[in-house]
Amino acid sequence: MNNLIKVGMADLQVMSHPGVLTTLGLGSCVGVALYDPYTKIIGLAHIMLPSSENSRNNKNKAKFADTGISEVIKKMMEIGASKNAMEAKLAGGAQMFSFSSMSEIMRIGERNIIAARGKLSEMGIRIVSEDVGGNFGRTIELHSDSGKLLVKTIGHGKKEI
Amino acid sequence: MGMDFKKIDNFHIDVLREIGNIGSGNAATALAKMLNRKVDMKVPEVKILEFKDVSEILGGAENQVVGLLLGINGDINGDIMFLLGVKDAKILVNMLFGRSKDDRSNLAFDEMEVSALKEVGNILAGSYISALSTLTSLKLKPTVPELAIDMAGAILSVPAIEFGKVGDTVLFIETEFIEGEDRVSGNFFLIPDIESYDILMNALGVNS
Repeated sequence: MNNLIKVGMADLQVMSHPGVLTTLGLGSCVGVALYDPYTKIIGLAHIMLPSSENSRNNKNKAKFADTGISEVIKKMMEIGASKNAMEAKLAGGAQMFSFSSMSEIMRIGERNIIAARGKLSEMGIRIVSEDVGGNFGRTIELHSDSGKLLVKTIGHGKKEI
Repeated sequence: MGMDFKKIDNFHIDVLREIGNIGSGNAATALAKMLNRKVDMKVPEVKILEFKDVSEILGGAENQVVGLLLGINGDINGDIMFLLGVKDAKILVNMLFGRSKDDRSNLAFDEMEVSALKEVGNILAGSYISALSTLTSLKLKPTVPELAIDMAGAILSVPAIEFGKVGDTVLFIETEFIEGEDRVSGNFFLIPDIESYDILMNALGVNS
């Protein structure tokens, strides 16, 4: 059995091959999975909010798309990954409740996805696949052997992206 | 606005404790009326969890739960959420429909059961909102509830994200309602908009 490390809410982890990084029950948060196919080093960030800039409490870098993505890349490079080789996969960013109306609380999933895509593009990292949006939760597993990202749901199937 | 987060958290805990006591009492009374039976409650507990531990409540992040979300409009804006385990929600539905408590063969919810749960959501929300109104003299009105049945972590991401804007913890009240041999435990989240914290604090006579 491979090493398995759980990534909590507003948390990020990196690891060398062989291993699996998992985050359970992603809702409106976005899981940003990074993979270096040459070294097989993987990294996973569980992002809660789009930007640290407007936040009055931005000590936890993993909480935000901008600082979380920079940080996970930095940590992967520290253990030998190359930024130029990295590929990204995104999952999550659901809208768990279907309010027809108003509030910002409802569109946060979508805003997290947009922010994650923006930051990855700014860092020059290609997004190879996504399983985002919808109105359901996801558990994801990132495998170091192939960089595959397993997405499990309740009632919306299981897939590999 | 130079509010510090510890202060917001401490303030939030005090508010939750107060509305937990009054609101849960109101809710037990309202449920008793609805069921036409005596409903007791355990003294509500205020819980504070770090984000990394959030998934530990309700049997783990992947455990299926029922979430009811309502908006609050009026002098302050925000949301409130109730979270119940699927089994607890089923017990509640069975109570409402007068079914035997052993009738738990099917943990899915049909349309009638979903609307019954939303009705309970309305009643519980009304109970907590009127407690908050009484304490603060603010005028508050709940919106129609929305229901989601999914992984605990995914549903909890909704309040967690809002709390994430001001701090690194999730605060809520855990209450248990007791009717005969049945026990239903639920978690209540009060999620004010950032702008509403000041109004809430002022209404309660706390200087921010």
